[in-house]
Amino acid sequence: MAIAIFLAFVGLVLGLSFYFAGKTKSASGYFAAGGQIHWAVNGVAFAGDYLSAASFLGICGMIATAGYDGFLYSIGYLAGWIVALFVVAEPMKRLGKYTFTDALDSKFNSRGIKLTAAISTLVVSVFYLIPQMVGAGVLVEPLLGIPHYAGVIMVGAIVITIVATAGMTSTTYVQFIKGGMLVVFSLVVCVAVLYRGLSTTPDQGGRVPFHEYKTMNASEVRGELVPADKAYTVTGKQEVKGAAFVKLLSGGIETWWTLYNKDGKLTLRETQYSTAKADGTRLVNGLPESKENQPRLYGNLEAIKGKTGPEAATGKVGPLEFLSILSDPETRVNRWKTVKFSDGADKVVVYAPNVTPGNKLMRPGLKFKVEGTPMQKLDFFSLMLALFLGTAALPHILIRYYTVPSPACARKSTIVAIAAIGFFYILTMYLGLGALVNSVVNPLTDNMSAPLLARSFGTFLFAIISAIAFATVLGTVSGLIIAASGAVAHDLMDRYMQLGFNEKQKVRAGKIAAFAVGIVAIILGIIFKGMNVSFLVGLAFAVAASANLPSIIMILFWKKTTAKGIAASIVTGMVSAVGIIMFSPSIYEKFGLDPAAAPIPLDNPGIFSIPLSFLVLVAVSLLTQKKEAQAV
Amino acid sequence: MLHEPAAQCGPDASADYKMRIGVWMFLLYAAVYAVFVAINLLKPLWMERTVCFGLNLAVVYGFGLIAFALFLALIYNHMCGTHEAGSKTAEGAK
Repeated sequence: MAIAIFLAFVGLVLGLSFYFAGKTKSASGYFAAGGQIHWAVNGVAFAGDYLSAASFLGICGMIATAGYDGFLYSIGYLAGWIVALFVVAEPMKRLGKYTFTDALDSKFNSRGIKLTAAISTLVVSVFYLIPQMVGAGVLVEPLLGIPHYAGVIMVGAIVITIVATAGMTSTTYVQFIKGGMLVVFSLVVCVAVLYRGLSTTPDQGGRVPFHEYKTMNASEVRGELVPADKAYTVTGKQEVKGAAFVKLLSGGIETWWTLYNKDGKLTLRETQYSTAKADGTRLVNGLPESKENQPRLYGNLEAIKGKTGPEAATGKVGPLEFLSILSDPETRVNRWKTVKFSDGADKVVVYAPNVTPGNKLMRPGLKFKVEGTPMQKLDFFSLMLALFLGTAALPHILIRYYTVPSPACARKSTIVAIAAIGFFYILTMYLGLGALVNSVVNPLTDNMSAPLLARSFGTFLFAIISAIAFATVLGTVSGLIIAASGAVAHDLMDRYMQLGFNEKQKVRAGKIAAFAVGIVAIILGIIFKGMNVSFLVGLAFAVAASANLPSIIMILFWKKTTAKGIAASIVTGMVSAVGIIMFSPSIYEKFGLDPAAAPIPLDNPGIFSIPLSFLVLVAVSLLTQKKEAQAV
Repeated sequence: MLHEPAAQCGPDASADYKMRIGVWMFLLYAAVYAVFVAINLLKPLWMERTVCFGLNLAVVYGFGLIAFALFLALIYNHMCGTHEAGSKTAEGAK
């Protein structure tokens, strides 16, 4: 049934595309849906565009693993719409025609702006495309039973078909349908989570028996560790970042356990693990990896307000009570941490239980070290700054202002978007925490937490949620590819290179560009498999806020802004943001390097790249005042 | 209907007014957002204090920021709409 619902959804999306394909002949129809979309439809489509894989898969996944820290993305993403509404929406609509480059260039007719703004649009779109494609692969893998790369290729092929057929009109209606359904069905899952309530032994409504991880005492005899259960013998030990892991052999199967030492009392706790052997084979929990033998889903409460066992179960709870219980210091949550190390020639990844009190889970600090070093605090500040300023600089969001008839409609559609997106972001808290306490978090990737939570309520909800999540990716990728193809066909080829395209040629060039960008997105989606999609989108926000926002703001509010100032600012923001990301600890880790050796100890570049971009704009504008005045 | 040329906008008599109140509302929201970030950085333990209905400051402030955004957006739309209507009436009278 899951596959049938999924295929029906994809069929609907493709059907819409082909329906609108016959009607789209002009460039304005292709790039801006003719500028005649109703503001309410556009507002929900905004929500559809914005509530991408990062919001639905990434944020829920991060809340499921890092608690409140994941919700910080919800707060930052939503706050960004304030900048879009109060500062950008109406002026962008007044200044532009098809693309964000049009708006920046409306006063100057500068080739420098056309070139740099188009390249910036391409770079930001590609950065934003990566997490969408990663999310697509993650989604399709369990649903259709195909590998990650095949899922990415499938999404790429469908999206290229959508964009290359009908452009912005079909993208708008796909986003409208998907945005509405996403909010409604997420609400359904949240209500189901509250109705199920909280328990220390979640069994997914009786569907999946709760797996109790073993704990046993140990002692030290003549310097040797001896487990209390004589069936186990110690065959290895590893110390990683202050934590001790012990390899035990029992019944011919080796397993890794965490060793705790509390006031001299030694305790061993069972973990899950996977081993990549030197000969290329893989083990999961001591047995060969297979479709059936994968790491178990995790996440549960150890204690609810200090109570354990069956009497701790709450039954159905209200929305405030749910959060109140989870914030209680006496509530203990079993999050899991991932630890990697080498055991001889084997590469071992251990997934170990990590008990966290509720008061720590429900405030910032588990992922973002707000109590850490000044550099860690700066990284957090940098992220929050980029999220706040990034939304109003995203090309695929900005082009949606050209699909409505007037500035007032642009404003109203933004308000509809804020209402829909804000409501959804409140739901992410329940979806993420719901996944964490219902034992449905996949240790290999947290991105599937929300769909797996839906699966714990039955196949139907899982199919619907997966199909919506897939449509989420399709819609967002379509919007991004349209923005990128507009940058190539309209900004670069037609206006910068002055190839003198007619309407038909411009649409054809846009479709070819869409195909090329789609191929790039597919390749990057395969390379970046496994990274949290919300983290990746956070980077896209930083690049957008650094490259685009200073120009947008200054062109609106500073009369001395010059074309050269804008071009220099875009290049500076783009290069500095991308450069910092490339030398950041997260990227080092992704490519197998030591994160501590990263030359720039920040993951989020905004704190440096955004002010730098502003400064360069002001400096270059002041230096080029006379020249441009003379040129005019 | 959907495939006409991208709409062209005429002059907007309310543009300056809307930009002015937009900037003030943006600054107001930015200040409230900045306080949230500052508390997290300077006094992170405040965030786990219970504020109301058993909810801690982190949850109340976080939800509050989302609700406040919508509240300001609706006020902004009302003010803009009223001014636009007034401008049109004034133009009609001329």
